[in-house]
Amino acid sequence: MTRVYVSSVIPAPAANVWRRVRDFNGLPEWTPFVAESRIEQGLPSDKVGCIRNFTLTDGGKIREQLLALSDYDMSCTYSILESPMGVENYVAKLSITPVTDGNVTFAQWQADFDCPPEREQALIDQIGRSVFQAAFDALRQSFGGR
Amino acid sequence: MARVRESAIVDAPIDEVWRWVRDFNSHRDWHPAIADSEIENGLPADTVGAVRAFTLTDGGFLREQLLSLDDEAHELSYCLLDSPLPLHDYVATIRLMPVTDSGATFWQWESEFSPPPDRARELMDLVGNGIYRAGMRSLEQHLRTGPGAGGVLRVARASDGPPRPARTEQTPDMEKAAPIATSGTGGIVKARAVVMDRHGGPDVLSLREIDVPPPGPGEVRIRQSHIGVNFIDVYSRTGYFDLVTPPGIPGMEAAGTVESVGPGVGHLAPGDRVAYACGPAGSYMSVRTMNADLVVKTPDWLDAAHAAAGMLKGVAAGFLLHDVHPVRRGEWVVVHAAAGGVGTLLTQWASALGARVIATVSDLDKARLAEASGAHEVVIGRGQEFIERVRQLTGGGADVVYDAIGRDSFDASIAALAIRGHLVSFGQASGDIRAREIGPMASKSLTLSRPNYGHYIADRAMMTMQAERLFAALEQGLLTIPSPQIAPIEDVVRIHHALESGKSTGAIVLETASS
Repeated sequence: MTRVYVSSVIPAPAANVWRRVRDFNGLPEWTPFVAESRIEQGLPSDKVGCIRNFTLTDGGKIREQLLALSDYDMSCTYSILESPMGVENYVAKLSITPVTDGNVTFAQWQADFDCPPEREQALIDQIGRSVFQAAFDALRQSFGGR
Repeated sequence: MARVRESAIVDAPIDEVWRWVRDFNSHRDWHPAIADSEIENGLPADTVGAVRAFTLTDGGFLREQLLSLDDEAHELSYCLLDSPLPLHDYVATIRLMPVTDSGATFWQWESEFSPPPDRARELMDLVGNGIYRAGMRSLEQHLRTGPGAGGVLRVARASDGPPRPARTEQTPDMEKAAPIATSGTGGIVKARAVVMDRHGGPDVLSLREIDVPPPGPGEVRIRQSHIGVNFIDVYSRTGYFDLVTPPGIPGMEAAGTVESVGPGVGHLAPGDRVAYACGPAGSYMSVRTMNADLVVKTPDWLDAAHAAAGMLKGVAAGFLLHDVHPVRRGEWVVVHAAAGGVGTLLTQWASALGARVIATVSDLDKARLAEASGAHEVVIGRGQEFIERVRQLTGGGADVVYDAIGRDSFDASIAALAIRGHLVSFGQASGDIRAREIGPMASKSLTLSRPNYGHYIADRAMMTMQAERLFAALEQGLLTIPSPQIAPIEDVVRIHHALESGKSTGAIVLETASS
């Protein structure tokens, strides 16, 4: 099992950040790499078990299923059903935590998955840098951060 | 049930923050509300179940018990046992997480407790602001500037951190001298050197003038004002250690000023005040070319004489107490030859780490020195009386013995150890230990370490870490380098005689008057 963990500080109150990221169908609104997204079977995007079907800006298609959503902990867990990345048993969790000193947000994104050993480092880089960190960078900038 | 949760981003790597937070007895060093702290029953501070007794800065008193400690998750929890405030059923948890894109640390501190309803708001505010927020800010401040800034921190920030304020306004004379004799790296420089033509007694040493080539790639040329004299120099002179092939120059330690740097050296520049304590031998000279990776800058507050006197012994004490056997608070530690160069520093530093040091010395004068270094108990001699005294004090024996005496103390050291004790044999002042049976060690499951100095300072990263740990401990006052006896380099033969006869106490430094 391979783990990727990325975290960042977003210069905005946690409730505001959570409002932005909790929509399971909202990736095109806040990440730079998702072109369009829809929830299959027209389900609400906060129905646990729903599937988002989205297209990356590079044309890749991914289906992910919402496994858990908590407005109390401000976290969201999902798995990959289909993707061009070549990962198996991929489960990721995005969580938002308030930093009371300064009223900002600690954002964490973690994924666990299986993959062929020779692809492990490339996938860690791709997921950690081009997906999670890129999304956090965009999120930080959208709240006025650097 | 009231719940308080506070969190902060601390601008330091998680390992540095955790190093302080995990020490259940460290709050007195950084938390503004805590005046004093003690772990009851002398337990190590990371024993789950350990109880700490706090004296508050307002005079109050409270006791807390460690419920869990998780180095993997960077998490610990504790509860209150006694408190001047009605914080009933109080359980608190501290959790750290890394901020991966900045290198900082997210710190969350939370608790649940049952206050009397009419005091809930007041107590939640006190806990959240007065204890948690104030504590988190204070530790961050402590990490950034505090005198308690530890070795790990200093290493991590040494490369690119902001310059730290100098301890003193005045810079030592050595710094002003900083002669830059030649232009660039070119040119041969004349130096006075102590040369040994063959292995043997002190008389094989003689002073000559020699040529020192300019520094090559990765090298620096140092104008050495002070040279540290160590017992290892005797071993290299006699040939006991194969460190110098005659004709050659002994010596492992010196301090001075960088005169010129060779190609590819980025971390040092002409005029930098530096020191080193490592091989290859050859420090007994006024100007020397040296592998730059093993040369470290010295802090402004440390003069060259003390740097030359304390680098090798201090670095040795540092890795013996942290790497070979990490000494923990409350441990019983035997230090043989506790008035000697390394012995003095071991005694001071181990005591400052919270260990109880049983020092052995050979006479009454040295006993006073060992006592002044903070030894819990001083024993003159290493015979049966010593072994019995150790058993009497400790019950089961010492946790670790630091032994540089060698042949004459080996058996007593083994006898003084507790079950699963650790003998750290790092010298043989009394002679070669020779072959020993390891069978008797099984009766107490003993561990024997025979560390080699060179393996703990093998590259720039290790050397820097060891040096920074020493400088931080010196600045923190955990140990002090005793003022060395300073002798002109011309007196080297007399100095070696004195060192070998065991008559000298404390460090000896040769002065080249070259600065």
